[in-house]
Amino acid sequence: MNASLIVLELAVGLLGLVVLVQDWFTPAKDRRTLGYGAVLGVAVVLLYSFFAFDGTETLYAFGNAYVLDGLALWFKRFFLLAALLVLIMATEFSDRFESGQSEFFALTLFALAGMMFAASANDFILLFVSLELITVTFYVLVSFLRRRVESLEAGVKYLILGALSSGFLVYGIALIFGASGTMNFNELAERVAGNTTGASSKLLFTGILLVLVGLGFKMAAVPFQIWAPDVYQGSPTPTTAFLAVGSKAAGVVLLMRLLGTAIPDLAFHLEKLLMAMAAATILYGSLCAIPQRNLKRLLGYSSIASAGYLLLGFAVMNRAGSSAILYYLAGYLFTVLAAFTVIAVVVEKAGAEDISALAGLAQRSPLLATSLTLAMVSLAGIPPLAGFFGKFLLLKAVIAEGVRWHAYYWLFAVAVVGVLISLYYYFNVVRAIYWSKGTTDLTPIPVSLPTKFALGVCIAGMLWLGLNPDGALEMAVEAVKSLKLVA
Amino acid sequence: MSLLSSIFLLPLVAALVVLCIPRNYKFVIRLVTLGATLASMLLALALFAKYNAAPVENGFKFVEKHAWVNVSALKLDIGWHLGVDGINLGLIVMGAIVAFAAACVSREITRLEKEYYTLLLVMTGGILGAFASLNLFFFYFFHELALVPTFIMIGVWGHGENRNYATFKITIYLSLGALIALAGLIALYIQSGANTFDIVELTKAVKARPLPLAAQSLIFPLLLFGFGILVSLWPFHTWAPLGYGAAPTATAMLHAGVLKKFGLYGLLRVGIPLMPDGATAWLEILAFLCLGNIVYCGLVAMRQKDLNLLIGNSSVAHMGFIFLGIASLSIVGVTGAVVVMVAHGFLAALTFGLSGALREKTGTLEMEKLGGLLRQIPFLGAALVMAMLAGCGLPGFANFVGEAMVLFGSWRAFPLVTTLATWGALIIGAVYMLRAVRNILHGPEKSEWAALKDASAWAKVPFVLLLAALLLLGVWPRLLTDKIQPSVAAILTMANTKTADKAARPGDVKKAADEAKQRAVQPR
Repeated sequence: MNASLIVLELAVGLLGLVVLVQDWFTPAKDRRTLGYGAVLGVAVVLLYSFFAFDGTETLYAFGNAYVLDGLALWFKRFFLLAALLVLIMATEFSDRFESGQSEFFALTLFALAGMMFAASANDFILLFVSLELITVTFYVLVSFLRRRVESLEAGVKYLILGALSSGFLVYGIALIFGASGTMNFNELAERVAGNTTGASSKLLFTGILLVLVGLGFKMAAVPFQIWAPDVYQGSPTPTTAFLAVGSKAAGVVLLMRLLGTAIPDLAFHLEKLLMAMAAATILYGSLCAIPQRNLKRLLGYSSIASAGYLLLGFAVMNRAGSSAILYYLAGYLFTVLAAFTVIAVVVEKAGAEDISALAGLAQRSPLLATSLTLAMVSLAGIPPLAGFFGKFLLLKAVIAEGVRWHAYYWLFAVAVVGVLISLYYYFNVVRAIYWSKGTTDLTPIPVSLPTKFALGVCIAGMLWLGLNPDGALEMAVEAVKSLKLVA
Repeated sequence: MSLLSSIFLLPLVAALVVLCIPRNYKFVIRLVTLGATLASMLLALALFAKYNAAPVENGFKFVEKHAWVNVSALKLDIGWHLGVDGINLGLIVMGAIVAFAAACVSREITRLEKEYYTLLLVMTGGILGAFASLNLFFFYFFHELALVPTFIMIGVWGHGENRNYATFKITIYLSLGALIALAGLIALYIQSGANTFDIVELTKAVKARPLPLAAQSLIFPLLLFGFGILVSLWPFHTWAPLGYGAAPTATAMLHAGVLKKFGLYGLLRVGIPLMPDGATAWLEILAFLCLGNIVYCGLVAMRQKDLNLLIGNSSVAHMGFIFLGIASLSIVGVTGAVVVMVAHGFLAALTFGLSGALREKTGTLEMEKLGGLLRQIPFLGAALVMAMLAGCGLPGFANFVGEAMVLFGSWRAFPLVTTLATWGALIIGAVYMLRAVRNILHGPEKSEWAALKDASAWAKVPFVLLLAALLLLGVWPRLLTDKIQPSVAAILTMANTKTADKAARPGDVKKAADEAKQRAVQPR
């Protein structure tokens, strides 16, 4: 038992409480400072994570329900960084909330704590509790703009579908427990390997499939993606950004744990299913994104397509695939947050979320135009940005498996079709920025210092991951070491 | 920073510099661009002057090698590896000269100059980097880096009604081609068992243990059609005339002249030497597809009313000769193909540059509306006549040397195709080229063009440069062929390891090459 391991989560939770309490003593006009305080606090926790842990050894706490290894630490830092950038965006955005600015910051921090717990889940109970912590806070965050019908609609949709998927998840966990008699990932793996589950393996498998439903919902993978476009469109932009990066990554880390720690000996049974899901998700996301005119909805579909690319890494089930997933996610963090930061600023000025709101952005604010262009170019997977190397690693992992089974070549072909289609809609955004006709409003858009900082971090991250992938890739390889995977 | 890498890093650094210059300082931006491309051109010429054909280990000179990504757990080793041999030397020099010429003609751009020049420099750096790379990853990486600015430039600064359609068509075609080629390259990486993207290492590995037949017959078509789409191989060529017709002048010059050669270069450098057995089956088919380029696209060019579409189609037709030369797998044919690659680069840049200048002056490129222009614009007109004649393969221009060598070299392997190609080149090419000359430059003077002024002294620089290169290589082709031939011989020994009967004895080959050059030099 080693309770000191959860110090990072405790710190984040405490920070959330401090923000809530401090709210009583802060006059309404100064609430912004609370946001900056939260940003600072998260930054301190992020820095502290580098001093306190190095992730080389696997540590357990709470009866092995909580694990702290390289993978957990990698994802905790990932979530902290994402939350840091999202909070900067939220602070800028908070003027648009009628009330409850501090609650927005606090809820974001609580969701962050949930994600960090998810990164360490080694037990179905912790998996469920951390996912619920994330999902329940997001119900509130999604519907935070109470006067906007879209926001409320998004909240209701997320609530109903989220509750449904949680239901599946719990049912699956119950079946797994019934079949194996354990909630713990390590013990489950031992029992599966020792085949002590015996005749109930069908029951166990059904349970695993139901858990997959719950995780697929978090990742927005087909066929559990229906909620994503509506919720992305209706939510306040910082929420959308956190949903796209944090919530998706939480699904990814839990799926990694499930396949790599809990059922490594059964995972190959899921190969065909994951391949089919990956192909369907890529095609669905890419095809549906084509006609979209709403920026956030477009990114919603693009995020579905990204879930498909991530599933490629799960389908191949080896070290190369898993480290490629982490690399892709890291690039995705900088890319998507850059895009949403720009959208948040532009939408505020233009009052519309349509692509045409970007018209003349190149003249109105070169920084915003450059950031959004780089984000789109990176999402489209074009060198020298992060998205290129991430997609390259994933596709390489897929082709490598093609030697074993030719169906992977078809999967590769589907991914290529997805990339091609995606060029169309990403370039539509770039085109709107630089060469749309009939721009009347050319007033410069002022960009605040914290936003500049956030965009700077994102651009630096995209370029660094694209131009110097060596160190980051080593980190990703180190992180997936604790999973039981084929080399 | 050493010579080779500075040739293409200089434009990339200049792109960053341009990004930092405020957009009102248009003159400074243009100056930086011109300076960077000029310096890069001079460095490339210095490289050409320093290069000698003396044999070295692996065949590459000016080698630069650094580790970039090396993750042993994933068996992933991507290194920065540059080098030149006779094949890419000419392409790099040609690319650098064309890039400078393209920067010169970019005066026509009058809005969003900062973005334009940034993209132009990125494109230049990407093109030259792709040709200098000896690592398949960077080879692909730099090509993509150059390709994306092409799309954006056509979309933003393009001409014509259907430039949006053209932009999306070229984007989708070329990205598809690049991704198919990427699949082939990754498959090559995995199948070779060498776990490296390094071309030199791959070559060594394949020499020691050839790729399994099944793998070759799977990977070669991927590379052939992936690269083929990039080079506008018939019937995947429809993006080219449309795209070039809509592109801004400099983009058309750089893409049609230089970037397009990437696919041919990749086929020659990677596809044929590493997969000789996969190639033998497909090269027969390729030879007949060339006819589609030479004859079909030639006939299409005859029907064009717009000068740019005519040039675009003729540029597609010229690709047929290069494919034919490569397919012949004979030393004369392949050397000729490389010469055509270089010559066509200059020629395409020249013709697109001239048509751009013409459009800038007259506002139209419809040949029926033009006429009798030679009196008003003697310099541009004369240059256009020379370019058109070079395009028909008139002796004295570099194109003749290359095309003649290709036809000599491919006679043995594909007599029927060669016969048809010769007719296609001589008759069809002459018809549309000369008709264009007649329609635009000769004939009665039209009153609306009476006030037309010829190009200023500065505007003549790029055209003089390109014409000089074409003429120099036309009368002195040994300058190039002596450097190309040993490198081609090395590739052909690998390509012909299975088909020994096709490779003539080295003495014969040398003699044939010399004869061809003799013929090339002698004026008829």
